[in-house]
Amino acid sequence: MQLAAVVLVDGLVYASYLFMVGVGLTVIFGVQRVLNVTHGAFFAFGAYMSATLIGLWYGADLPAFGGFLMILAAAVIVGVVLGVIIERGLLKFLYDRDEHIVVLATFAAFLVLEDVILLVWGHDPYYAFQPMQLLGSTRIAGLAFDNFNLSMIGISAALATGLWYALRRTTWGKMLRAVIFDREISRAMGINVTAVFLGTFIIGSMLAALGGAYLAPTISVQPGIGVEVIVLAFAVVVIGGMGSIPGALIGAIVVGISRAAAIHMLPQIELFVIYGIMAAVLIWRPEGLFAPVTARKI
Amino acid sequence: MNASRNRISTQVVGALAALSLLAGAGGALAKDEVVMAVPTFLTGAGGAAFGIPGKNAVEIVVEAINAGTLPAPYNTKGFAGARVKAMIYDESGGNTKQVTEMRTRVQQDKVDLFAGFISSGTCSAVAPVAEELKVLTLLTVCGTPRVFEELDKDPKYVFRTLNTATASNVSLAHYVAQKMSKKNGYTGINQNYAWGQDSWRDFDLAMKVLAPHIKNTSTPQFPKLFSGQYGTEISALLRSPEEIVHASVWAGDLEALVLQGGARGLFQKKTFLFTVGDSGVYRLADKFPKGSLIGARGPYGIYAAPHLDGSPLNVWFQKTYRERFKEQPTQSAYQYAQGVLAAKYAYDKAMKANGGKFPSTDQVIAALKRAEFPTLSGTVKMAIGKGHQAITDDIWGGFIWDAKLNEPTVSDVIRFKAECVNPPDDVDSVEWIKGGMKGAKCS
Amino acid sequence: MTRLIDRTVIGLTAAAVLFGLLALLLPDWVRFIATQSFARGAVALGLLVLWRTGLVSFGHALFFAIGAYAAAFVQRALVNDAFVMTLAGMLGGGLMAFALGFLLCRYRGIFFALLNMAFSMVLWGLLAKNEALGSTDGMGVASPEFFGVELDGGATHLALFYFALSSALVFAIGVHLYLRSTLGSMSTAVRENEIRLEYLGYSAARAVHVKYVISGVLGGFGGALMAMVVGQVDPDSMAYWTISGEFVFIAILGGTGNVGATFIGALAFEAIRSAAFQWAPTVWQLIMGGTLLAIIMFLPNGLWSMVARLRERRAS
Repeated sequence: MQLAAVVLVDGLVYASYLFMVGVGLTVIFGVQRVLNVTHGAFFAFGAYMSATLIGLWYGADLPAFGGFLMILAAAVIVGVVLGVIIERGLLKFLYDRDEHIVVLATFAAFLVLEDVILLVWGHDPYYAFQPMQLLGSTRIAGLAFDNFNLSMIGISAALATGLWYALRRTTWGKMLRAVIFDREISRAMGINVTAVFLGTFIIGSMLAALGGAYLAPTISVQPGIGVEVIVLAFAVVVIGGMGSIPGALIGAIVVGISRAAAIHMLPQIELFVIYGIMAAVLIWRPEGLFAPVTARKI
Repeated sequence: MNASRNRISTQVVGALAALSLLAGAGGALAKDEVVMAVPTFLTGAGGAAFGIPGKNAVEIVVEAINAGTLPAPYNTKGFAGARVKAMIYDESGGNTKQVTEMRTRVQQDKVDLFAGFISSGTCSAVAPVAEELKVLTLLTVCGTPRVFEELDKDPKYVFRTLNTATASNVSLAHYVAQKMSKKNGYTGINQNYAWGQDSWRDFDLAMKVLAPHIKNTSTPQFPKLFSGQYGTEISALLRSPEEIVHASVWAGDLEALVLQGGARGLFQKKTFLFTVGDSGVYRLADKFPKGSLIGARGPYGIYAAPHLDGSPLNVWFQKTYRERFKEQPTQSAYQYAQGVLAAKYAYDKAMKANGGKFPSTDQVIAALKRAEFPTLSGTVKMAIGKGHQAITDDIWGGFIWDAKLNEPTVSDVIRFKAECVNPPDDVDSVEWIKGGMKGAKCS
Repeated sequence: MTRLIDRTVIGLTAAAVLFGLLALLLPDWVRFIATQSFARGAVALGLLVLWRTGLVSFGHALFFAIGAYAAAFVQRALVNDAFVMTLAGMLGGGLMAFALGFLLCRYRGIFFALLNMAFSMVLWGLLAKNEALGSTDGMGVASPEFFGVELDGGATHLALFYFALSSALVFAIGVHLYLRSTLGSMSTAVRENEIRLEYLGYSAARAVHVKYVISGVLGGFGGALMAMVVGQVDPDSMAYWTISGEFVFIAILGGTGNVGATFIGALAFEAIRSAAFQWAPTVWQLIMGGTLLAIIMFLPNGLWSMVARLRERRAS
């Protein structure tokens, strides 16, 4: 019984981590049909920016809870700046090109940004553990869990609800769905597709950066953190169905819980859990668990 | 058109012939410069923890060697009188690329020797290539015993100037047997790749020999390399009954584990054995869990702090390094410096044997084989692997924060003799442990 | 239609012979890089076969790794011979592609690309976990013999170079002839409109499956060759997803318009990487990424478009 509870909590924490890492990718793919490898670099930039801002904040001896504001600020700054640069400076020219070429272009941009991080922040790791220390820990099923990690569950739930609401219940969401369904007709109907694309890309980038920014306090921020994240994000998004937000959520939960169960009961298979589920889902339902339906052109 | 092409090719052939003559006769000519290629991680995850300290150390040691300002016995200029040109380059990008780099640098840049390599996989890949290219190669950091036990069984050009990783896990088991025999058991958390798997295997086997009453009951954790998230593993460790946790994690993984485990009280419940803890302890400072054991793969880094080792060479190194880089030199700084000093020792000794003339590569190799020489901290004996694999003392202790010095240091230190924690010559490491460590001289 | 020898075949043969002669003047390390280029180029050639169908695989490191490990295995267990090892690699890659093909040839677009990546990462995980296969340190591969003849280090690499060059020529011509054939020319039909193709009575899935197996065989060849050249096989430099990315990079760099282009792309890739590594050791990734971006933006048909332009100019 205790084991089940621990697996559930661990699984949900990891699922929230995966969701935060993957949701930005799925938003951008859903609207723009761009599989954005740069995502990993946005994540890393978010983490670096967050660690820098948190360091400055506590260095200046400002009120402790402001550290959380810095996390948010980091995500917004990185999302807006990099989002605009990549969308306006690169993707804009590629929307008519083959989808694989676009993936490759974002892969190239990712390589470039990885080295830019090195040029800006150098090799040394950055720490920003203060927000995590601040929150303390809670005992669940006899084990101590740190509240910072638990708070990720709340953040992910809020993100999922917020995005779902925005897409389903707002005018902006309707516009977005129209663009997803048919770009040309939307344009003819007077929707500013260029603005929708830019807006979506900025939001997707912010979400990617938020993943990095929020995790920064729990890790040592250093070169290479972006590469690891890309595969995870891909896996979550592919499992859930590319472009589907509920899919990403369910995908994250499936992987999170299975991984937690594996680690507690059969640690040897941890490495394969995520790829194994990915392969299994793809074999069974190649378009993912929640694939948006597409028309077959004759 | 045709005539000019012919002329060009004649010139090329001529130049090639001249070059090959030069290369063949290289040993006999007086040399004014030795080109030493130094591969180390300049980018990627291994940079901050291992690569950059290594690079820093090579820079200051080579500078001092060229100026002749190192303390005795290394107080002569250059390698056998020749200026040393250190060519530091990035070890990232995988083994395929590193093999290509080695070939390119030997032939294009006329590299005389390599001193470096951190990744065990890369060491395994380049060792046979170095033999083929006949280029002197000193492996400075990588730990896998497979280099001389499996891949390069009859080495001529390849040496390793520090202990294998096996030695540090064996000495760790000795330490646990002596100081922690009341603990109820051990488990582990190691990264899921060769280094982590080998480290756990060696420690586990050594414990079965040295402290059979302390047992491992729960399955050890093997998180993916650089996964960064340890929440679930920490829960699993908290639920496991054993009081000791073996952890060979390094760089970002080490630091993330310490930060995340600290927030959940993991280190109040368990004593951690961090086999390369030295590489992260200075950065984590007082966040590092008190009382956990810190390894440095030998008497390096934290074990060579100025108040623990006052030998003139070490004092010079600590002072110069701290002044130049505003931080403490960690294990890989020592290990890279050790490789450079090994080269200097061998070149100088070979020159003496050669009647004061600059030695050939073969003579340098003969001088280094089975040699015994002082380094920054302690003595290196090229005693095993047919005289190509170093053995040194190994050392373990627990982390404490020294408020007076305002830096980390160690307590309850035990030093283990080189012959106690390394197998005899020509004995396979794993077989040696399994067979009860026959021939170990511990007293 | 039935004429086997056309301009491309003549051009490829002439280029290979010329390069083979020129290579005698090159230093060993350049030849070594060139041999690796042929290995990578062969994998990219396999990607080109799929590309013509409108399919891109982001997981071809799967076949590369299978080929490499198969060669290493055969050397340990059976016989140390370059030809046998290469055949084993091709067979391994082909069989794997044949098996996966039943599943994969139903998928198109980004799903095909990612499904390939998923399988390559599963293989990576299996290799990285397996201590008997050396885990992430991999296994060493000794210098291969050629029909029982043991050569010294330099001669082995010279032999491997010519072996790679001549194999590359054979593969390039083979693929060229295949793409001209009826089955091959269905590629374009699959890409343009699969349903119409099926109405004509052809099976698109079967056409894709055949191409997938061809690309798997080429991937296995590349891996086996790389194993012998580098002298080591390991999951991180054979099976990781970034390696698959490099193959696609090479295909784009060369251009998909001509079978010879992939080898030009592979040579250029290795040359740029070596140069970047030499002159900008801390920002070589930036240079690689920048090059790829420049190619995508300004030379959408790859380096081959420069050759094509030159030809046009000569024609006019």
